[in-house]
Amino acid sequence: MNYSIAFRTLVIKEIFRFIRIWPQTLLPPAITTALYFLIFGKLIGDRIGTISGAGYMDYIVPGIVLMSVISHSYANVVSSFYSTKFQRNIEELLVAPIPNWVILSGYVSGGIIRGLLVGVVVTLISLLFTAIKVHHIGITLSIAVLTATVFSLAGFINAILAESFDDISIIPNFVLTPLSYLGGVFYSVDMLPGIWQTISMGNPILYMINAFRYGLIGVTDIDIQMTFIITGGFIVTLTLFSLYLLHKGIGIKN
Amino acid sequence: MNALSLRNLTKIYNNGFEALKGIDLDVEAGDFFALLGPNGAGKSTAIGIISSLVNATSGSVSVFGHDLKRERAKAKSCIGLVPQEVNFNQFDTVKSILLNQAGYYGTPRKLALQRTEYCLKQMDLWDKRDTVSRRLSGGMKRRVMIARALVHAPKLLILDEPTAGVDIEIRRSMWQMMQEVNQQGTTIILTTHYLEEAESLCRTIAIIDDGRIIEHSDMSSLLARLHIEHFVLDLAHPLAVAPMIDGCQIERLTDKALSVAVPKEYGLNKLFSELSARNIEVISMKNKSNRLEQLFMDLIESKPAGEQ
Repeated sequence: MNYSIAFRTLVIKEIFRFIRIWPQTLLPPAITTALYFLIFGKLIGDRIGTISGAGYMDYIVPGIVLMSVISHSYANVVSSFYSTKFQRNIEELLVAPIPNWVILSGYVSGGIIRGLLVGVVVTLISLLFTAIKVHHIGITLSIAVLTATVFSLAGFINAILAESFDDISIIPNFVLTPLSYLGGVFYSVDMLPGIWQTISMGNPILYMINAFRYGLIGVTDIDIQMTFIITGGFIVTLTLFSLYLLHKGIGIKN
Repeated sequence: MNALSLRNLTKIYNNGFEALKGIDLDVEAGDFFALLGPNGAGKSTAIGIISSLVNATSGSVSVFGHDLKRERAKAKSCIGLVPQEVNFNQFDTVKSILLNQAGYYGTPRKLALQRTEYCLKQMDLWDKRDTVSRRLSGGMKRRVMIARALVHAPKLLILDEPTAGVDIEIRRSMWQMMQEVNQQGTTIILTTHYLEEAESLCRTIAIIDDGRIIEHSDMSSLLARLHIEHFVLDLAHPLAVAPMIDGCQIERLTDKALSVAVPKEYGLNKLFSELSARNIEVISMKNKSNRLEQLFMDLIESKPAGEQ
């Protein structure tokens, strides 16, 4: 059985899905982040000065790019897989001779591709406001891919466990957005008072944003090796949990 | 060779409901097989387990000799499923629904395009190939589901109430399609509540009730066991009351129509003689209800009291 054809079919279907609805998937992050760069980076940022030697506009670009990658990789998988469940076309996949790992990797790949595509769009928008010289391309790309993978997997689990459309909006609104904002998108964790610095260190998004910032402009508050360990740990754990849910049929089979 | 073998298949849902109580069933390759039963009898659970939509509690499923647990991919590749309800992505075009399904079964793109064209033409949907599926009529959506189930050329096609809720014209065209598919060598398992459909299409029948197979035989020998035939007689002249004839049950439907239940051993000649003797002139007659429907009701109602 040739699983590469099934995998390719799933990925292409996912790409066509989010491209077909580009006004919902690709346009909003371009507009929102342009406003971020204009208001926070340009109007307010000019009065803030520098953080860790970087201009404020340059400092916030990596965080805003990665925040977009996080929210869109998550949103792609959670909405696509939940809709598949809701419309019951998940049955097309369950009846077919596709192993669970192919289903998982197909949806996660779709999420990674959308997350990275949005990341590219936001980066291009940022170039209208500042000239970024990439500090380390390997770290930049690997952190972007690993982060998109973590949140695509998380979106997949959310979609499997969700029983209503409300359930797929709770995590993005009440967990991802606060953690992203508190993950040092707009500030250095060194600027926080003692206890808040310690609490912030428990936020995995802080590590991802700082490692991505290091890759893009060479500035970080944390040891970036920790980011690879944390994202690697999340990927392994979430993958195993997703495969367990698929194997048991939780949320998708009677 | 058996297209399908079920052995001691059980299903107990999380709420404790025992939907299947250890069923054994064999379907021969090439057969047109009816799986009948009242609502809640266990038909959909059995089909769900065969098509991997429901996890069995215990027992085994074998499709063309491939065990569904040990040779999952091979067993699944043999099956095409037409579910009860529309379950394709309603935002996809008809063509992409079939192409995606072919891709899930590992069909190379070139062959998938050929199979898609063949199946859509067979289902008279080729003109609609670029139409977004939510814009199709109900009957067309049903045909899309059959075409989708056939696109990977399955050896076993399972149709779960495929004609429920469609008008008689579409139903008859679907019957013709199913017969053509069966004649091409595909084994078909059909569940339906239209017993006339099962009687006219299927060669073998199993009746499931309360999670057990209560009947499994070929259609002709099952129908031969029918003792009483029901007819509607159209009369030339109106009648005020139904006539009394010993050995037959007669009801007055309208002033010019009678319903008659005639035991086989009684015979129609005797019935007509009795009616003639009472100056009742019959101008036409037809079967009141489908014969299989009568048998079905007899079998369901004749269960021991404890099994209800």
